[in-house]
Amino acid sequence: MKFRAKIVDGACLNHFTRISNMIAKLAKTCTLRISPDKLNFILCDKLANGGVSMWCELEQENFFNEFQMEGVSAENNEIYLELTSENLSRALKTAQNARALKIKLTNKHFPCLTVSVELLSMSSSSRIVTHDIPIKVIPRKLWKDLQEPVVPDPDVSIYLPVLKTMKSVVEKMKNISNHLVIEANLDGELNLKIETELVCVTTHFKDLGNPPLASESTHQDRNVEHMAEVHIDIRKLLQFLAGQQVNPTKALCNIVSNKMVHFDLLHEDVSLQYFIPALS
Amino acid sequence: MKCLVTGGNVKVLGKAVHSLSRIGDELYLEPLEDGLSLRTVNSSRSAYACFLFAPLFFQQYQAATPGQDLLRCKILMKSFLSVFRSLAMLEKTVEKCCISLNGRSSRLVVQLHCKFGVRKTHNLSFQDCESLQAVFDPASCPHMLRAPARVLGEAVLPFPPALAEVTLGIGRGRRVILRSYHEEEADSTAKAMVTEMCLGEEDFQQLQAQEGVAITFCLKEFRGLLSFAESANLNLSIHFDAPGRPAIFTIKDSLLDGHFVLATLSDTDSHSQDLGSPERHQAVPQLQAHSIPHPDDFANDDIDSYMIAMETTIGNEGSRVLPSISLSPGPQPPKSPGPHSEEEDEAEPSTVPGTPPPKKFRSLFFGSILAPVRSPQGPSPVLAEDSEGEG
Repeated sequence: MKFRAKIVDGACLNHFTRISNMIAKLAKTCTLRISPDKLNFILCDKLANGGVSMWCELEQENFFNEFQMEGVSAENNEIYLELTSENLSRALKTAQNARALKIKLTNKHFPCLTVSVELLSMSSSSRIVTHDIPIKVIPRKLWKDLQEPVVPDPDVSIYLPVLKTMKSVVEKMKNISNHLVIEANLDGELNLKIETELVCVTTHFKDLGNPPLASESTHQDRNVEHMAEVHIDIRKLLQFLAGQQVNPTKALCNIVSNKMVHFDLLHEDVSLQYFIPALS
Repeated sequence: MKCLVTGGNVKVLGKAVHSLSRIGDELYLEPLEDGLSLRTVNSSRSAYACFLFAPLFFQQYQAATPGQDLLRCKILMKSFLSVFRSLAMLEKTVEKCCISLNGRSSRLVVQLHCKFGVRKTHNLSFQDCESLQAVFDPASCPHMLRAPARVLGEAVLPFPPALAEVTLGIGRGRRVILRSYHEEEADSTAKAMVTEMCLGEEDFQQLQAQEGVAITFCLKEFRGLLSFAESANLNLSIHFDAPGRPAIFTIKDSLLDGHFVLATLSDTDSHSQDLGSPERHQAVPQLQAHSIPHPDDFANDDIDSYMIAMETTIGNEGSRVLPSISLSPGPQPPKSPGPHSEEEDEAEPSTVPGTPPPKKFRSLFFGSILAPVRSPQGPSPVLAEDSEGEG
């Protein structure tokens, strides 16, 4: 198994750092999948994660000007690594004013992903910061649990409002109850509802717009104003929203009634999918 | 004692107190003829810090009322720090700070004269104490490096604020290397990220050390001095010796000087201190694992591992340097108690002299040597403090 990659472009480096910061906020530990064309950050829906799963994908050629990898074998030309997300974002943080960033798979005392940053410095000598991020190589037999999740046909698909607004609303609601209802319809309306014995709070978002439906036939005679709803743990939604520091290029929400909510975002050229299951 | 600090120096004094608060819980305040000294030592005596403010630092400086002895006192760091807690407030509103110590009253009075006629008076209770003085001599350290504090501040930036210890050494090509140090964990799944910063010789004003030397010390304690030095825009010197011998960090300008003496990890766990790696082309030749043969004297007693030699003077006795103890070895990494106790037993006959040691000597190490020697079973209390409890 081999992996070496290099970023020299400042904008690419900043973008990669932002993605890594987002991943660090969404998942404490995640899987990094390295394939010839892509990098994926994966969180699979284990009980330990509370049933939440995440799939983040980026095209390597949009970031790295050098990228070489050799997977486990010729037929399985992929590498799956488990790491603590915060380590990667902390390592990249030091690369803010870097001339170049190199990442490679190494084995110094223990297997690691070594991030090496050459800093711009005022003196003639270069300064080099190296971070050895401990990793765990995930064996082939566990790869099947880490594949791209299948998205079931949603009952409603709707564009999200400004995430910052949504986050501040949800943050306040968290103080009232942990049980949140997300509901939306095909008329561009999305509601966030909190209900307790004493109080019921609903925030209404209107005129959000809906993407064109995939299968017209099933929904043709459906009442456009009918709300599809799902009950979720508010903290999971808040964790997802807290990870979005920058407003995405595209943000979509798919609701499968009483089953799950699926967020589909695009941050420039990086796609992020986040699944929150319904409360049982 | 009475002294008056005005203008920007109030904030400087405040920053110094903040620095000292990173080390110890008690502040030793001692007005001397050459200035006001503020000292502290940490509970395990593995770190000592001292700031000396020259008389010129003050608008008015009176070490002692004429005819009276020099007084000294020990105050709770928390209490003294609370006066200077908000540096922003000190800068914006405090015009003068007056510190006075009166032999008759049992209070140290710190009075802040602020804008708009506001005067804040703090009456801090203190204890009489012995003079706290660590025994160290930067000139006796073979290795040293000096750089603007800014450079060292930039050098420690990549390390997480929570990191306890760091290894500083000289690599191939006279590159100065700082690497995060983590103790070997039995639980191999919870490995920590290792960060290394590599600087060129040109960043340093003076570099007097051979390739391959390295020491490991507490980064958190060092940051205390570093932040002060950065704010005062001073150069910081690091004098060091073999692993295990304390490292001395100093700053100096015309009005003040500061010394931080920190214990360093001794050489027994050499592979973790090794700054080389087969992969990196700037690898350092592995640190020699051989240990300098230790003379079988008190100074290198294993039990002493965390201790920096301290001397205390009672009353007006002049400070006497204990000849056999210059610098104590640094902390031992946790190891199984077995070999340690054997070493302790072996060291015992030669370290406890036939005649009882002079009173001062015993008071220095009271509670550290005497107790553990009676309990050969477990590691000394100091070592036990450090041990994770694994065998």
